[in-house]
Amino acid sequence: MISIKNVSKWYGDFKVLTDCTTEVQKGEVVVVCGPSGSGKSTLIKCVNGLEPFQSGDIIVDGISVGSPKTDLPKLRSRVGMVFQHFELFPHLSITDNLALAQIKVLGRKEDEAKKKGLALLDRVGLSAHAAKFPGQLSGGQQQRVAIARALAMDPIAMLFDEPTSALDPEMINEVLDVMVQLAHEGMTMMCVTHEMGFARKVANRVIFMDQGAIVEDANKDDFFGSPRSERAQTFLSKILQH
Amino acid sequence: MDFSSLITAMPGLLSGMMLTLKLLVLAIIGGVALGTLLALARLSNNKLLSTLAGFYVNYFRSIPLLLVITWFYFVVPFIIGWLTGTNEPIGAFYSCLVAFMMFEAAYYCEIVRAGIQSISKGQVNAAYALGMSYSQTMRLVILPQAFRKMTPLLLQQSIILFQDTSLVYAVGLMDFLNSARSGGDIVGELHQFLLFAGLVYFIISFGASTLVKRLQKRLTV
Amino acid sequence: MHYNWDWGVFFHSTGIGSEIYLDWFIKGLGWTIALSLAGWVIALLLGTVLGVMRTLPGKILPKIAAVYVEIFRNIPLLVQLFVWYFIVPDLLPQGLQTWFKQDLNPATSAFISVVICLGLFTAARVCEQVRTGIQALPKGQTNAAYALGLRVPQIYKEVLLPQAFRIIIPPLTSEFLNIFKNSSVASLIGLMELLAQTKQTAEFTANLFEAFTLATIIYFVLNMGLMLFMRWVEKRVRVPGLIALGGK
Ligand SMILES: Nc1ncnc2c1ncn2[C@@H]1O[C@H](COP(=O)(O)OP(=O)(O)OP(=O)(O)O)[C@@H](O)[C@H]1O
Ligand SMILES: [Mg+2]
Repeated sequence: MISIKNVSKWYGDFKVLTDCTTEVQKGEVVVVCGPSGSGKSTLIKCVNGLEPFQSGDIIVDGISVGSPKTDLPKLRSRVGMVFQHFELFPHLSITDNLALAQIKVLGRKEDEAKKKGLALLDRVGLSAHAAKFPGQLSGGQQQRVAIARALAMDPIAMLFDEPTSALDPEMINEVLDVMVQLAHEGMTMMCVTHEMGFARKVANRVIFMDQGAIVEDANKDDFFGSPRSERAQTFLSKILQH
Repeated sequence: MDFSSLITAMPGLLSGMMLTLKLLVLAIIGGVALGTLLALARLSNNKLLSTLAGFYVNYFRSIPLLLVITWFYFVVPFIIGWLTGTNEPIGAFYSCLVAFMMFEAAYYCEIVRAGIQSISKGQVNAAYALGMSYSQTMRLVILPQAFRKMTPLLLQQSIILFQDTSLVYAVGLMDFLNSARSGGDIVGELHQFLLFAGLVYFIISFGASTLVKRLQKRLTV
Repeated sequence: MHYNWDWGVFFHSTGIGSEIYLDWFIKGLGWTIALSLAGWVIALLLGTVLGVMRTLPGKILPKIAAVYVEIFRNIPLLVQLFVWYFIVPDLLPQGLQTWFKQDLNPATSAFISVVICLGLFTAARVCEQVRTGIQALPKGQTNAAYALGLRVPQIYKEVLLPQAFRIIIPPLTSEFLNIFKNSSVASLIGLMELLAQTKQTAEFTANLFEAFTLATIIYFVLNMGLMLFMRWVEKRVRVPGLIALGGK
């Protein structure tokens, strides 16, 4: 479904990504972790073309992200993305947040879009808040709306960039629950997260990044059982202590 | 003071005020529209586009409005003549309107630019991630938020524009100030008429800026 | 529509002595600069006094300054000019009035009116900048100065104003550029400054594109030049170890 081949990226002289190669199969859940500044966000943003890269290529459902001929907006409309800071549109109500791209990008009818939005809102347990504005919801609620917003586009895969790291601890689980449920339903997911509990529960594979490179790319059990690299070991021991 | 002549002159003053307000409203609409396009150009990744827009802004911000009004009064009829091949005169009103729109656009541009820059990059990413195009992202997500934040500044600039419309005196347009001046001249009471005009300008500007300040406070808390 | 382009027009004789059109522009620029500088002296002095008044303790002085600012900010510059040129001279005592209206050269009396007008108009803006600058300073500065036994005038002169002015150099620069541009209103009461000379050249020669282009370039170049110069000044007077609090 997503295949990343030898991707490298520079910001001027600074090399953010070094020859990254990996694959996410249909229905697979892959967790990406690594220290701050290691390039996780950059890599995941390359997958839907939010960040350009200079060499290598990424193929999503048979379409090359790097090719200048690719209709990026169209590709993005088929890949859902969830951000660290939710990024709901503050000037629109929850209903309109859910409906906007369905109407403007997919060309759905307004009532159809709203109905679909409401159904998804119900699924994340927030149908009572449809008429509110993002600023009136808690962080965890906003993030669940953001997930529903992405799902409303009927994505073939979902990208998550630290979806819980801006949340207060008591709200993390309500978001993770939604993600676990999604994984069980067979959604293809690529998640940057440090929630190792989530990884243990649903991930098929774990990727560890450091200084822009993929240092480790292993099955979940192998990764948690015996990570090969020393850096991954130190990293794991640090975050598992918490 | 005797106000009877002011009362007799009221219809003339009113029609002057109508012209001032018409000019103001059209110039605000045109100026904000053009200013927004300029701001988008200044922020675009296209080097040529952003340099040109930057030059436009610096250029209009460094010459007097009165120069622009006078120049356009002389020049716009020529340009229209060249463009259309006809010799039809366009009135002073339209040459002034074009001058105000183009001049104010430089000032509105800087306000809009700051407004757009105050919206976080994450909002752009989120809109793109949903498959929106550049123009959808700007129209549906970024500009609506930016304009909400910028409203007080845009209004303040428009109050300045309201005062500046009086400069159309230079090309003999009968706006509010010029109606007052000529009305006063006719009856030999220039003092009263000018003071009255000043008072009216003051009340409108002061009232409007007090309201804007209140709005600003509401928006910041 | 036919148009005769001639960029050499500025070197043509005006028909008055050996004068060429370029001389008109130079003379006009001279008036413009004189108006701006004279107006700026008034604006800076009065604006500083008003700005200090706005930050003083008590009720009356800050209120007076605030009222001044509102009045001068909310009446169009041209209306203010008409007041200074058409109304105020008539209110002068008889002797002064004859002197102003008859003895003085018309250009001089127009010059005086415009300078007063620009000075008082811009003072309101300078006042707000000075106030902002003073209020941006940490409260501890005033307290420290009091603790050293300084008196209020000394505190302003030695401690607050020197710091405030460094902060507000950029906005003051743009106020000066405004006075420079605003001085063009003088053309509306017949003073032959840069814009008026431009208009006259355009009318005499029919080469209006060339005339207005030259005027535009003069304003543009002087503006940009002054802005760069003030940026340099700002760097020169920057106190080492202090980051400017004001604009960029
Ligand atoms: N626009 C940019 N220009 C220059 N360098 C950048 C830019 N964006 C990111 N970087 C750098 O690229 C590196 C990788 O950034 P990235 O955001 O991908 O890290 P990350 O792994 O997501 O870290 P975190 O866990 O803190 O989110 C960092 O060193 C960062 O400083
Ligand atoms: Mg990140």
